[in-house]
Amino acid sequence: MSTFWSIWISVIVLGTVFGCWWLLLATRKSQTTDTETDKTVGHSFDGIEEYDNPLPKWWFYLFIATCIFSLGYLALYPGLGNFQGLLGWSSTGQWETEMQEADERYGELYAKFGDTPVPELAENDDAMKMGQRLFANNCATCHGSAGRGSLGFPNLTDDDWLYGGDPDSILTTLHEGRNGNMPAMGTMPNMTNAQVDQVVNYVLSFSGREKDAEAAKKGEEVYAQACVACHGPDGKGNQALGAPNLTDNSWLYGSTYDWIRETVVNGRQNQMPAQGDRLSDDQIQILAAYVYSLSN
Amino acid sequence: MSSEIPVKQVDPSSDASENKNKNSGTVELYASRKKIYVKEVKGFFQRIRNVSLTALMGMYFLFVWITVDGQPLIHFDLPAREFHLYGATFYPQDFILLSGMLIICAFGLFFITTLFGRVWCGYTCPQTVWTFIFMWVEERIEGGRNKRIKLDKAPRSAEKIAKKSAKHSAWLLIALATGLTFVGYFYPIRELITDLFTLQANGWAYFWVGFFTVATYLNAGWMREQVCLYMCPYARFQSVMFDPNTRVVSYDPNRGEPRGSRKKGVDPAELGLGDCIDCGQCVQVCPTGIDIRDGLQYECIGCALCIDACDEVMDKMNYPRGLIRYTTENELEGKTSKLLRPRTFGYGLVLLAMMAAIAFTIATRVPAQLDVLRDRGALFNYNGEGRIENTYTLKIANMSEVPQTFTISVSGMEGIRILTEDTVTVESSENRSLPTVVDVAPEVITESNNDIVFTLESQSDKSLVLETESRFVGPNR
Repeated sequence: MSTFWSIWISVIVLGTVFGCWWLLLATRKSQTTDTETDKTVGHSFDGIEEYDNPLPKWWFYLFIATCIFSLGYLALYPGLGNFQGLLGWSSTGQWETEMQEADERYGELYAKFGDTPVPELAENDDAMKMGQRLFANNCATCHGSAGRGSLGFPNLTDDDWLYGGDPDSILTTLHEGRNGNMPAMGTMPNMTNAQVDQVVNYVLSFSGREKDAEAAKKGEEVYAQACVACHGPDGKGNQALGAPNLTDNSWLYGSTYDWIRETVVNGRQNQMPAQGDRLSDDQIQILAAYVYSLSN
Repeated sequence: MSSEIPVKQVDPSSDASENKNKNSGTVELYASRKKIYVKEVKGFFQRIRNVSLTALMGMYFLFVWITVDGQPLIHFDLPAREFHLYGATFYPQDFILLSGMLIICAFGLFFITTLFGRVWCGYTCPQTVWTFIFMWVEERIEGGRNKRIKLDKAPRSAEKIAKKSAKHSAWLLIALATGLTFVGYFYPIRELITDLFTLQANGWAYFWVGFFTVATYLNAGWMREQVCLYMCPYARFQSVMFDPNTRVVSYDPNRGEPRGSRKKGVDPAELGLGDCIDCGQCVQVCPTGIDIRDGLQYECIGCALCIDACDEVMDKMNYPRGLIRYTTENELEGKTSKLLRPRTFGYGLVLLAMMAAIAFTIATRVPAQLDVLRDRGALFNYNGEGRIENTYTLKIANMSEVPQTFTISVSGMEGIRILTEDTVTVESSENRSLPTVVDVAPEVITESNNDIVFTLESQSDKSLVLETESRFVGPNR
């Protein structure tokens, strides 16, 4: 923050502390008598009145102690604008320390499994319990607690893989992330509406669900021009590119005519974020094994 | 209800001479505590207190050492979040029981207060109990009331320093034992003591032992009645529960007044005096330093020491006992007082109801718990079969002493199925999260929100059945 605000805050904070102190001392000699009296302070609430009697001395000292405590606190901890405090404490620093401690504590647990091959790790109950927890904390937001994905987020429990389901592919996906990109109209940007409908019908015919057999036939030509480069002549997709298989019943963006048409017309952009800089290698090894175990 | 109870102001006043401000007519707003020298007294009520004090202290200091099968009888294991009480294990999920227990304690206090005034304060409150222990120690080391007053006035001498340091060391020792015991309920005491003295314990253990030691020493040694007068909230609101039928420690002015000294064996009626001989014993024994003869005051903790002291004097004078006694405002005015009145019934009823509720809860407590969390990320999915699926996380806590294998089922919609594992094994005191996928044929779904029920049945213990409701979300038709 700028110097002005820093000073502004410091003045208000210190002013409050010293103001309390001053108030305490200023009212210290306000008593007219130091013995018990029947005199009241003169106000009455619901017939309840207050005697004008002295307060306990230790109270006064307690007030002073709180003022001294606040000054001590402000000297040690951040509280006065830009002044960082003598201890150098910060919430970020505390978080980093705690993360470091956690890494030291749990790192050993993860390290036990870091060198185990994925398929072997998938058999290990302890590792899988850990994997489940890691998955719940880091992956479940998109892929769901059970890893079954949802619209736009791949299902990890079936045998259909965009980029391959072998241990190495899973590890690569986790470490480096993936960028999925289906261009609008594929490689045929001048596709007409009629051609879109034809190609959608053709794609649906892979799974025997075409609406219009005529259109589907015509769609084959459009497909050969616009889609075949990535999805292949038989529509089986291409894991090197992350192009989905169009012949099965697993659909990342919905399986209905309208959904597929939407995909063809507008294309799809998607990203699996890289986890390599967020999680340790050992953690990723365990996660890969857990994901592997979901479908094996 | 009642006529107003006359209240007189009898704060321990401060000494005027030390508090004068020479410049103006005003004085300090803050008065120093005037030390109260409590005279020791023996008698019926003091004996009752000794019994309650011994019982409570005995429980406090002994229970921490009792172990059953190597498990402490009482152990509040905060790091593991397990609370072991008399062989049962409670978890944070059972906190409702703690609330119930606290409600019972509160209504127990209300109930007893409306009947007998501040007997909690006088006989069982830790502040009173430790203060009395400390006063007992003080009496043994420094001598009786007059000796203590003299000792405090005396100039510094070897004897005074010796006595004072002996007293404070004894106090600190008792306080340390108290602190150690307290922390011992959270950290098994045998390990605690060895760890503390071999400097192996966690810094917090030292901190809390130190904290409770210092707090005990200050409260029971230095603060004493100040806690009851200025700090304790219960002291304030217990007075509100008094009515003319409440039994409180009272001086009987009809019998005692006019007070005055007389020779033994003289008939007071001839001198025109009441039974009070104005000996001041009742004031000297009062731990809060009040004169009970001024009537009921908020400082009075109902400890009945003045009753014991006065009865002793009455016996010596051959007068009947009970010039100061537990009595009600009504009885002092010559009316009868009722024990059973709306307040008694009200508090008593709530007390019984809460006790019954807690007893029922504990008796029917199933040593396991199931929570169902619907996934927040997605409403629903179409799966490969074209059916609609929802994902849940089942949180299964096994609070029994043995591992449990549960069979999972779900009901509430036609043809509803579980696609993931339908059995799960949960270790003892484990809290297991199990992702579970449920699906339904789309034609069954008419509402976007459907109530379903997850049921877990233990395979080894048929009585252990957990049911939890959740929602199944589908497309809105």
